[in-house]
Amino acid sequence: MSTFLGMPARPPRSPYGTGNLRGDEPFPRAAHQELGNAQLRRNLGRATTTIRAKRLNATGELPDWEALREAGSAIKTDALNRLPELLEQLERKVTEHGGTVHWARDGAEANEIVTRLVRATGSGEVIKVKSMATQEIGLNEHLEAAGITPYETDLAELIVQLAHDRPSHILVPAIHRNRDEIRQIFLDRIPGVDPELDNVPAHLAAAARAYLREKFMTAKVAVSGANFGVAETGTLAVVESEGNGRMCLTLPETLITVMGIEKVLPRYRDLEVFLQLLPRSSTGERMNPYTSLWTGVTPGDGPQDFHLVLLDNGRTAALADTVGRAALNCIRCSACLNVCPVYERTGGHAYGSTYPGPIGAVLTPQLAGMDAAADDPNSSLPYASSLCGACFDACPVKIDIPSLLVELRHQHTEQTGTTAEKLAMKAAAAVMKRPTLYAGAQKAAGLGRALAGRDGTISRLPPPFGGWSDSRDTAAPPRQTFRAWYASAEGRATLRAAADEHDRGPDEHTPDQGEGGMRRRDGEHAPGQGEGGTE
Amino acid sequence: MRIGLFATCLGDTLFPDAVRATAVLLARLGHEVVFPPGQTCCGQMHINTGYQREPVPLVRDFAEQFGDASIEAVVMPSGSCAGSVRHQHATVADRYGDAALRAGVATVAAKTYELSELLVDVLGVGAYFPHRVTYHPTCHSLRMLRVGDRPLRLLRAVDSIDLVELPGADSCCGFGGTFALKNAGTSTAMLHDKLAGIATTGAEVCTAGDSSCLMHIGGGLSRIRSGTRTLHLARILAATRATPDALTEATAV
Ligand code: SF4
Repeated sequence: MSTFLGMPARPPRSPYGTGNLRGDEPFPRAAHQELGNAQLRRNLGRATTTIRAKRLNATGELPDWEALREAGSAIKTDALNRLPELLEQLERKVTEHGGTVHWARDGAEANEIVTRLVRATGSGEVIKVKSMATQEIGLNEHLEAAGITPYETDLAELIVQLAHDRPSHILVPAIHRNRDEIRQIFLDRIPGVDPELDNVPAHLAAAARAYLREKFMTAKVAVSGANFGVAETGTLAVVESEGNGRMCLTLPETLITVMGIEKVLPRYRDLEVFLQLLPRSSTGERMNPYTSLWTGVTPGDGPQDFHLVLLDNGRTAALADTVGRAALNCIRCSACLNVCPVYERTGGHAYGSTYPGPIGAVLTPQLAGMDAAADDPNSSLPYASSLCGACFDACPVKIDIPSLLVELRHQHTEQTGTTAEKLAMKAAAAVMKRPTLYAGAQKAAGLGRALAGRDGTISRLPPPFGGWSDSRDTAAPPRQTFRAWYASAEGRATLRAAADEHDRGPDEHTPDQGEGGMRRRDGEHAPGQGEGGTE
Repeated sequence: MRIGLFATCLGDTLFPDAVRATAVLLARLGHEVVFPPGQTCCGQMHINTGYQREPVPLVRDFAEQFGDASIEAVVMPSGSCAGSVRHQHATVADRYGDAALRAGVATVAAKTYELSELLVDVLGVGAYFPHRVTYHPTCHSLRMLRVGDRPLRLLRAVDSIDLVELPGADSCCGFGGTFALKNAGTSTAMLHDKLAGIATTGAEVCTAGDSSCLMHIGGGLSRIRSGTRTLHLARILAATRATPDALTEATAV
């Protein structure tokens, strides 16, 4: 018998080669293709601009918006700090109310559990509520391989599914498509659709409705995700706009819910906070049209057989990491995607994961790792950001995404062996910490003037700066550094003249305040929108 | 007031005009400008690219160079470097430094200002610049430092300036340091949208509080042969009737 000593083993990440948490190529290469697609850029630009404006309206009209963000962040942090206890409470409550709880270590286990449960009903098809968790584990692909047909019922998910496409956004999976494209997809893929179908949104919705109604009325099994699971009562919640979710949650005999373990909330009343934060952040609405809550099984009403699959798939591993733990606060509202200038240009596919955009760049490497091979596509994700910080300002639960990205970059460089970049960084630091070497390097940089053309600009730079000079000119380095000027007779004379100007008289350059004491900067205030807007 | 000037590595080496303007401006406002000669770089490039061990000596140097109690404020003409000093130095010191370094970093961070913060919150300024100008609020000034509308308040107070609003001002120009190299394609796409915004303003000058972002935007403007030039905020604020040469000296890039 072996004796257990020391630290418990680190919990596993989502296994390699399963699910949808890893693309085929690094972000810059994947983005390259999307950047060349003008239609995609237009579709995305239009959609994100609209949602951004709506969100600012919806959040701006709540006087206690900042307090709500604080509350949301605090509740999530508390929940994650006592995750084991809350999950066991949730299991107890769901079971008490006639449901069955299953624990899935990873996507493969969750897929098997769901497949087994569907098979047990004898049904060959399931209808689905839009769900990130089942996207993440690739449930649809798994069910199809097992001979079970999944039907997505969310309009956007349906479009993506019919087009054999991948979702491009966590809330608006078909954000990269416009009306004409959608019309064509329906004409090609919906059996018996009216060939005269035009691109009017209401007509497109009607075509989808006719197709889906039949599924709702006949399906025996539904698979859903969950936005929240309340430990106190065993209640699950799905928040949606179309009502398709509610049909799935109420009509079939069997309901299987796959929920990431980080979605648990301690108390029923916590929903008050999140049902304000979520719709305002995601769609810019005061309230989402449909909020469905269910607790186990209610005899004679709704599904009579309810299963909850609690999915880990790398979440415990993320929880063990400071970056990961902060990222698990995410409520998948997609506000950070909608304000991200990188996402706006590349779309979601470039991230290679179910979770694109700023939070995806943090969450994906946390759930699935980025440490295996040097060219693991996930290791390019922390760099897929200019660190502009728009995501942090938008996040309703105050996740400091830019800092997390910087932290992940550090983790990445600490894990990789020696690279050319690492050597260059070490060399640069060695020069920069010695002012004399540094001044020498500045002189050497000055030699770059030789590269400049007659107009004083450099239009081609050597590698690794080629990507820079493809689209930007560079000014020739100046003859004199600042420190050389400052030390020169000319520098001293100029500064003396400026000081004299001050002494001569206050008429032209009156300081607003004298030197009497420094005013405190009102710096560290809470992030908010519109503080730095233009005049 | 005795003010420590941090030139920033980029400013010292490639954009000395902006640093010079900062020094002249402060001297003209009656302050003593000191330039600790041992200064080099704040380490932001390292930290943002994922390296936190390498810049430890840089962080330590910075704290030492500007730690002197006789220096009442530290100023730099760069929002991103000020952001790094105020927010990231503590991260590095917490991870790899000792108690002395952590204390030193905290002391210096508390008296560190980006130029517009120092001018608005502490000093006040007057200037003359009779040109059409548009302002790009760089991301680190806007969101990491939260300088808010201070640069605009300063610009509005400039005599004879024609200040025009930049459409989409608060979206990132796509610079992001090594991001512009690692994701050149995406960076270019972001740049082009920024250039299009600038074009609609008809401004002679696009200004900002960071030479690095201006290097990127200016490089793009030059490549498309735009008539608009870039000029660091410090140079506009340092311009007076007696020295109206800032624009003519403005580099095309
Ligand atoms: S990180 Fe924040 S903004 Fe982004 S999806 Fe999650 S909760 Fe929303």
